[in-house]
Amino acid sequence: MATQTASERADFMRSLGRMYGLYTGGFLGFIVLLAVLEQVGVPNRVLGYFFVFFTLAVYGVIGIAMRTAQVSEYYVAGRRVPAFYNGMATGADWMSAASFVGMAGSLFLLGYDGLAWVLGWTGGFVLVSILVGPYLRKFGAYTVPDFMAFRYGGNFARFLAVIVLVCCSFTYVTAQIFGTGIIAARFLGMQFEIAVFAGLVGILLCAMLGGMRAVTWTQIAQYIVLIVAYLVPIVILSTKKYGIPVPELTYGQAIQEIAAREQEMLRTGLAVLCTPADCGPTTLKPHLQPFMNYTPLNFFGIIFCMMVGTASLPHILMRYFTTPSVREARVSVGWSLLFIFLLYFSAPAYAAFSKLEVYTNIIGRDITQLRPWLFTWGELGLIKVCGKDAINLDAAIAACKAIANHPGVLRFQDFNINTDVIVLSTPEIAGLPYVISGLVAAGGLAAALSTADGLLLAIANALSHDVYYNMIQPLRAARQWLVGAIIAVVVAALILWLGAVPGPFGVEWRWWSLLGLGGLVAVVTPLMAKAGEVERRLIMARALLLLVAVCSAALASTRPSDILAMVGWAFSLAMAGNFPAIVLGIWWKRATTSGAIWGMIAGWGICLFYLVTTRYFPQMGITHFGMTSLLNPETGKPLVDIAKVMADPQWMNQWPALASNPLANRVGWFDLNNINCGLLGMPLGFLVMIVVSLLSKEPPKEMQALVDEIRKPRGRTVLEEKA
Amino acid sequence: MQNSDDGTHWKRTTRLMLVHLFIWFFFGYVIHMFVNVLNQFTIPVLKFPLGFYMAAQGSLIVFVVMLFVFAWQQDRIDRDHGVAEDD
Repeated sequence: MATQTASERADFMRSLGRMYGLYTGGFLGFIVLLAVLEQVGVPNRVLGYFFVFFTLAVYGVIGIAMRTAQVSEYYVAGRRVPAFYNGMATGADWMSAASFVGMAGSLFLLGYDGLAWVLGWTGGFVLVSILVGPYLRKFGAYTVPDFMAFRYGGNFARFLAVIVLVCCSFTYVTAQIFGTGIIAARFLGMQFEIAVFAGLVGILLCAMLGGMRAVTWTQIAQYIVLIVAYLVPIVILSTKKYGIPVPELTYGQAIQEIAAREQEMLRTGLAVLCTPADCGPTTLKPHLQPFMNYTPLNFFGIIFCMMVGTASLPHILMRYFTTPSVREARVSVGWSLLFIFLLYFSAPAYAAFSKLEVYTNIIGRDITQLRPWLFTWGELGLIKVCGKDAINLDAAIAACKAIANHPGVLRFQDFNINTDVIVLSTPEIAGLPYVISGLVAAGGLAAALSTADGLLLAIANALSHDVYYNMIQPLRAARQWLVGAIIAVVVAALILWLGAVPGPFGVEWRWWSLLGLGGLVAVVTPLMAKAGEVERRLIMARALLLLVAVCSAALASTRPSDILAMVGWAFSLAMAGNFPAIVLGIWWKRATTSGAIWGMIAGWGICLFYLVTTRYFPQMGITHFGMTSLLNPETGKPLVDIAKVMADPQWMNQWPALASNPLANRVGWFDLNNINCGLLGMPLGFLVMIVVSLLSKEPPKEMQALVDEIRKPRGRTVLEEKA
Repeated sequence: MQNSDDGTHWKRTTRLMLVHLFIWFFFGYVIHMFVNVLNQFTIPVLKFPLGFYMAAQGSLIVFVVMLFVFAWQQDRIDRDHGVAEDD
């Protein structure tokens, strides 16, 4: 806070250091204790429970201890989070289940091409720092739509920004809750639907009571758990294999060994090489060879969309609202990327070590000699041998016998591993004690929970602060009721439509959600009637948080298939909707209200259109919008034979197209993958915004003066000045 | 200390922004367009092919260092023009 003196700040830093130092020590001690328990014979399942519940309890305690009833504490943690700690919290906010669980798996599968994600998810912070973050901090907003409303005079811009925010954050949070469910189901043996519910309770404990303040301090604790959990297994592995405990340096050796082994596999007929003439899904794509999975356009497109998306995602931008000063906001971006870098530059090492292990100890092995860890994952349907789930040894042998002329040893094309398994199974592959597996599970859980916390908070803040406080409350009472009723009906209809999926205890999610909604209204209405204005706002924030959380848990229960693609969509949507309006709002005084509004509508609209059409209505894309099949990057041939598929009424009449439809995600314009729809949306958004701005009247002098204020760090925030 | 309203503060800020955007673009994109050329070189001792290494670690290290340098440079510009916050 501005009133904090230097010595107070130093004291605060010291006590934070003491607290989190103690916490880290305690966590390491806890791991050692569990390792000892394992040695004396405590069963694995119990160790798993210890890990998950101990860490959840810690997050819960921090959440409860940090509960707050002050508006600025709830929305921006009182603006006194030091740069270093805000960096850690951003790291946890940023790194989701997709980073922790999925990233190394994608690198395993895609080799060099997977590095597009590594680059895209780090380089964006450069844009955050030089173009956006510090200026929004000086502006003094509580939410990103706050800035839009202010700069582009009025609630229509705010409303558009809220829609963009809710859309991209909701897509993203669903993937996180889904990840929580997978981890809890595997390590605790819970039913998937109940596991999702349990994860939800953990998330709500933190975010509900204390808002940004509780989430910040919990995320720091979660960062420590997740980074320890990610690094310990590969540090041990690297030491075992090469005698040096720095996997990031030693995996160059592993990569060379992979390349040598690939040549050997090709020579001995264990694998078939992907060539320009033929490159089917079961052919070997050398680990180091670029552009075999993505065309250069899509490779660089992913990098660009992820980078610009980073600088547009509200849940990341709002983390920089919490620092004490603009200067610290900038330094904080540096710390954020450093903490994120620690994980991202280790992910390729994970991929290399497990790929080497799979290539040397699984491929080429006699089918009767397969190692037992395979089957624990095969049971979950995550590892296939000879095209069938590897439930046990007999099933694997039978599956391979069924293939004509099978040589009896496992070939490259016989083995299929789900990418989510790579990180979670590395301890088992390497024969490490179970305590390490439990640790990895706790880390994955921390990653998913911390990101979900940040996202839910971003959504709920936008709904309570922007929609309720700034748009509905100023209306006359009768209008308020009308708007409230319309929203309630829309929400209830959405729940009824989306929630027809199995929930905990055999009851469908829609009934759970409606029950929750009813209970919520019953509790909130009398509270609201009694409460003062400030309290009302926070009650509303919490109630909406709960509602959003339950909705996304319900959606997660439908098991949407591909987490990485969903996360990619969120980035592209954020980029197309937010980036032009935010950046030009700061860097171009001439940007006008109508320019921003038309820019957002055009850019975001085309991105959403491209996404929805290619994913859900590909037939219409082909017949009405001139879309064609995407091409195979290596052979340059179409991925699907469109004429043949279109002739088949089974696929042709499927509205909306299911994930199994051969056209879904495989058509488009200019061979552009739909993850990269931001590549269409953002340039169009910029173009429309600039043209319309130049055609409309120059913004008033006062607005231009305020933009000048945003550009200078000194002084109070712009919002405080105005108030 | 110069007068903060003569526009030079913003000019210097803009120039700094462009310089960093250029470095970002070079290490984020340009260098990876030459991955096949770079892969012909191998980093001694560590044995990484250079093109792979730049995408897996090299560019990332540049980004991290860049952010701290940028924070320092921008702060210096702010101080020169008297628009920095009080310590």
